[in-house]
Amino acid sequence: MTALGSSSTTSAVPHLDVDPFAIEFFADPFPTHEVLREAGPVVYLDKWNVYGVARYAEVHAMLNDPMTFCSSRGVGLSDFKKEKPWRPPSLILEADPPAHTRTRAVLSRVLSPSVMKQVRDGFTAAAEARVDALLDKRSFDAIEDLAEAYPLSVFPNALGLKTEGREHLLPYASLVFNAFGPPNQLRQEAIERSAPHQAYIAEQCQRENLAPGGFGACIHARVDEGEITAAEAPLLVRSLLSAGLDTTVNGLGAAVYCLARFPDQWQLLRDNPALARNAFEEAVRFESPVQTFFRTTTREVELGGAPVGEGEKVLMFLGAANRDPRRWDKPDGYDINRRTSGHVGFGSGIHMCVGQLVARLEGEVMLSALARRVAKIEITGEPKRRFNNTLRGLDSLPVTITPA
Amino acid sequence: MAAITFIHPNGRSDRVETSDGESAMQAATRHGLDGILAECGGNAMCATCHVYVDDDWLARLPPMSDDEDALLDGTACDRLPNSRLSCQIRMTPALDELVLRLPERQV
Repeated sequence: MTALGSSSTTSAVPHLDVDPFAIEFFADPFPTHEVLREAGPVVYLDKWNVYGVARYAEVHAMLNDPMTFCSSRGVGLSDFKKEKPWRPPSLILEADPPAHTRTRAVLSRVLSPSVMKQVRDGFTAAAEARVDALLDKRSFDAIEDLAEAYPLSVFPNALGLKTEGREHLLPYASLVFNAFGPPNQLRQEAIERSAPHQAYIAEQCQRENLAPGGFGACIHARVDEGEITAAEAPLLVRSLLSAGLDTTVNGLGAAVYCLARFPDQWQLLRDNPALARNAFEEAVRFESPVQTFFRTTTREVELGGAPVGEGEKVLMFLGAANRDPRRWDKPDGYDINRRTSGHVGFGSGIHMCVGQLVARLEGEVMLSALARRVAKIEITGEPKRRFNNTLRGLDSLPVTITPA
Repeated sequence: MAAITFIHPNGRSDRVETSDGESAMQAATRHGLDGILAECGGNAMCATCHVYVDDDWLARLPPMSDDEDALLDGTACDRLPNSRLSCQIRMTPALDELVLRLPERQV
């Protein structure tokens, strides 16, 4: 990616009449993803007056050039330089270096590989208990009873949240991810109904409401070390509450949906449960629970051979990049033996999902527990999709399982 | 450019050629090498590209950042004095014939 200058070599940007935030698009985004990728390395979406990139190379390059493609003007459509954000901006997601560097370091340490070693046994036991309970039921909704129930049984406890009020967690997360979208019905309705959820979240982020030893308390402890201020700590806890639950719900939902749809891959996992971690990772690539994020240009820049001015919003199609045939062999196949390293389902670069290790841990131990205890997963009713401006996932997935 | 020899726990070795500016991890994954997972894709966040550096080479590698140091405390196999993350070893001609030993497991 080079600075604009040789404009004679730049090409025209194709304008597309595509609304990537419409319900019809969410129902089946893949044909449109292909149109976006094949139209060119960068496109212009007239519906929302934004640029878009859907090929792996450009998405990956943008994610790794945060000084040109900044996050501090919001990672949704709304430009924080022109519009008041709907909530106080995140100190990590919606920040650029150098401010971002300090807050990011705090969350990285709180969710580090060594912390994962400490919580691993507890997360494993909870996954096994959940699968045992599901084997008693045999027929259940794999979204509510598995993809939601399991993260809800481990993550809020790991954070140190009080038991009361946890019913606000998923609606709050859904709101946050809808709010990255344009001012459509999904976003407007979510924000109109947001007050009680926001009040709950603000309260739980306070130090006195977080149990000792949990992720939340660990963040507040950094105040005592002088790494962050007392005013910053609650907002960093808020980041975990915003991004730590609905994402893993959709990741687990994607994994179970994949394994139920691809019996040959389920059999491979049954034969070798050590593939559980990669089976989850491949589901994140295949379904991309977080479909999109925006960046804003900080200067004139040449992107995919086209000049883009300063202050422009660019929409990155992570889900399309994860199925770009330029980067992936048989991209539309779910292959649990695939080398998934490099997929952008968790993003890439300095803003790459700080909770990715928690997600992988939850995914691995749940799929491993299923593979060891369950012989068969059958879809027994029409799966229903849940619509969100950023998240891709199901609302319900009726299944019947058979014990091993 | 520079070549790396990866030695597996069972003693088998793989020699891979690197491209200019890529990391040891990138060279390994590009060649489909078993034993380097690199779940985070090279962003120094996951500690699944852990290697043990042959003693002759340890002092010649780029210095370790605080982030890498903290991540190495979470590796699946024991951290040793010669532990590094291969995504943080940027290959240069000076590192030609680097020898890296792979741990038993990465997760």
